[in-house]
Amino acid sequence: MVAYLLRRLGQSLLAVIAMAVLVFIGVYAIGNPVDILINPEATERQRLEVMERMGLDRPLWEQFWVYFGNLLQGDFGRSFVYGESAMSVILQRLPATMELALFALVLAIVFGVPLGVIAGLKPDTITGRSIMAGSILGFSLPNFWQGLMMILIFAVFLGWLPAGGRGQTTEFLGMRVSFLNADGLKHMILPAINLALFKMALVIRLARAGTREVMMQDYIKFARAKGLSYRRVVFVHVLKNIMIPVVTILGLELGSMIAFAVVTETVFAWPGMGKLLIDSINRLDRPVIVAYLMLIVFLFVLINFLVDLLYSALDPRVRLAQRGAQ
Amino acid sequence: MPNTSSRALLMSASAALALTAGAVGADTLRIGLASEPTSVDPHYHNLGPNNALARHIFTPLIEQDANQLLEPGLATEWEAVDDTTWRITLREGVSFSNGDAFTARDVIYTICRIPLVPDAPSPFTLYTRAISGLEAEDDYTLIVTTDGPAPLLPNQLSTFGIVSASVSGAEDEVVFGADECTGVGDAPASAEFNSPDFAIGTGPYTLGSYIRGEELRLSRNENFFGDAPEWDEIVMRPLTNSGARVAALLAGDVHMIENPPTQDIARIEGDGFTVSSGLSNRVIYIALDQGDAPTPGIDGDTNPLQDARVREALALSIDREAIRDRLMLGLSEPAGELLPAPMFGTNPDRPAISYDPDRARELMAEAGYEDGFSIVLGTPNDRYINDGPISQAVAQMWTQLGVRTEVDAKTFSAFIADRNGFNFSAFLAGWGAGTGEMSSPLGALVATRDADRSLGGTNFARHSNTEIDDLLVEALQTVDDDERERLLREASTIAMDTFAIVPIHYELTTWALAPGLEYEARADQYTLGSAVVRAD
Repeated sequence: MVAYLLRRLGQSLLAVIAMAVLVFIGVYAIGNPVDILINPEATERQRLEVMERMGLDRPLWEQFWVYFGNLLQGDFGRSFVYGESAMSVILQRLPATMELALFALVLAIVFGVPLGVIAGLKPDTITGRSIMAGSILGFSLPNFWQGLMMILIFAVFLGWLPAGGRGQTTEFLGMRVSFLNADGLKHMILPAINLALFKMALVIRLARAGTREVMMQDYIKFARAKGLSYRRVVFVHVLKNIMIPVVTILGLELGSMIAFAVVTETVFAWPGMGKLLIDSINRLDRPVIVAYLMLIVFLFVLINFLVDLLYSALDPRVRLAQRGAQ
Repeated sequence: MPNTSSRALLMSASAALALTAGAVGADTLRIGLASEPTSVDPHYHNLGPNNALARHIFTPLIEQDANQLLEPGLATEWEAVDDTTWRITLREGVSFSNGDAFTARDVIYTICRIPLVPDAPSPFTLYTRAISGLEAEDDYTLIVTTDGPAPLLPNQLSTFGIVSASVSGAEDEVVFGADECTGVGDAPASAEFNSPDFAIGTGPYTLGSYIRGEELRLSRNENFFGDAPEWDEIVMRPLTNSGARVAALLAGDVHMIENPPTQDIARIEGDGFTVSSGLSNRVIYIALDQGDAPTPGIDGDTNPLQDARVREALALSIDREAIRDRLMLGLSEPAGELLPAPMFGTNPDRPAISYDPDRARELMAEAGYEDGFSIVLGTPNDRYINDGPISQAVAQMWTQLGVRTEVDAKTFSAFIADRNGFNFSAFLAGWGAGTGEMSSPLGALVATRDADRSLGGTNFARHSNTEIDDLLVEALQTVDDDERERLLREASTIAMDTFAIVPIHYELTTWALAPGLEYEARADQYTLGSAVVRAD
């Protein structure tokens, strides 16, 4: 297990370094941040002064060297736009994104798994067919359009929910969160559904396919023959066996929900990291872009690792294989 | 973001309006901003949204009204004693929001601080570099001396707010020095101004709270020296996506939004909302590379754009009224200069450039280009109102003239890298005159590129005409307003007659407000919650 962990850690580190190089060069190629940031009326001399202060007058390799050296000391540089530490600018936004993504994840599981299992158990009934038809909608309607339609119906027409923003927040473990008060929750419902719909459709399909496959297996027949109730068969034997692909996919999807909830965050003016990333790209705020992507690499690595651990909890074969490998 | 989405959103929105609109909360004004200020520090980032926010909390010595004409702020009077000396009389009896009295020391501190702001991405030194001496005769009289004649000093002093010297940690005596001031203490980091304890000014509002990306709250400053503002509290939320912004207005989440998309304006108005629009100081223009032959984007060894007749032909073949009516839906004004009249230095009698395709064809023939040529027109597609579509329209008009035009549209950050690298023979861009007078666009876009004289900084067309340069330099040394205006008018006339640059139109800036609210459109495009009033 230790060797496995170390190997994983080494791989992750390589991924992070490769990412740092790629991102830095990619962002460097886009243009000169000073041209975007400085007032057009500024003189050439002022422009050069600002470039010098930001270190942009030096050659690429030198800029990278300085950047990389700082990175090794855990310093991601200062945001060109905000003049503060890039990482702290991002971390200020992290709680908003995290709670939205987790809320969406819960929605996707709580609705997706039961609906998928029902559709799998009764594939030829009206219920089963409508669930599948609904999931196609969830897949194919563009996120952006869904969001605007939801705003139109629930905020503009019905006036039940706010059109965007984060609403009231409560202090929780030193972070400001929305889910602990009514106003915050109200603001979170629409964006969370918007973010969850696609994942929900995905979970429904996975759960349905898994259920249909598992139901054919010998051990299900055996369990039924042994006299176990239908209920127990479904809730224990089926559910546990279909969860492995669902957990794998959701793990990866959680990463992408955190990292790239850009569309939802933009449509609902949700002050999360995705929106910060887009703003930073438009303003060529290099330190923030790079720090953001590094953080995302880290998150993905972490999530994948947790997924692996969950695997072994769900599937005894994985545990046995690991033990066998030692 | 796709315009169709926001339109779809609005298509059926009207039914709900009866329920939601018109509910302006008693004394709180909520505003949806199109772009967010990057800091509360008034001297950190010289950028529209930051400057607009700063106007709520900090007052400049001299204010600009909605048409960018100067009016008293913290200074009640300013006069040029001679060519290089100005006497500024400060307003007495003004106190900061924390109760401290405002004196000349705060002004000296502010001007000393501007070059010291750490990490400023766009410093305000642009507006203070002319000042070589600054002395307080008494607490309410300042004598400013400048290196050479600085006729724009009052305009420059109107661009930044005054901060409190004491709150910023200055010593009791702050002495100005052209190279270094004494007594300023440690310059505070800009981030400190994001806290209400530090953002202490003399403006109509004080900072309540600021959560970046989320919301910014301002509360009424009880110590404000002017008329008490209408609202107890102003809440600003960044709503960068235009569809989301319109939805927030329609749903009653906010009472006012910036820049509603052009195609939604008729609808918003039809549903009982107020739309306020007015001429901005921003001209949309096309620059034509006259620097080298050959030039990128045009085949062959010659550069036809060096011939004024070709430039005139290109200018005359653009149907500015069609662009206004079809693309801008009335929200632009065809241009004949780089700044709209009646701003300082404009020729009020000069009409917009007319649409005359026949004359354009004649000119092309005279210049020896009957068969036209092909050209690439560079343009940003997310910076100015409808910038991409305008370029497409111009490309079609030019192609009809025989100049086969291909549009190269990019996001602004990529566009500007290409433009500043002289990779375009022709490009569309915009220029907003921060000072609100003609030397700004002429000096930046038309004057010969010359870093030493700080001229031609944005002249990527590399136009060069010493006659214009001389007039401009003379104007910038002339303190007498009438004489300076005459010189600027003459320079502008020459630039326009030789088609040094091709103006298209002036943008109208728009705001949409909940029924019952009014806002006077500002040429500088600032959104000032303190100037929003209830219609009576």
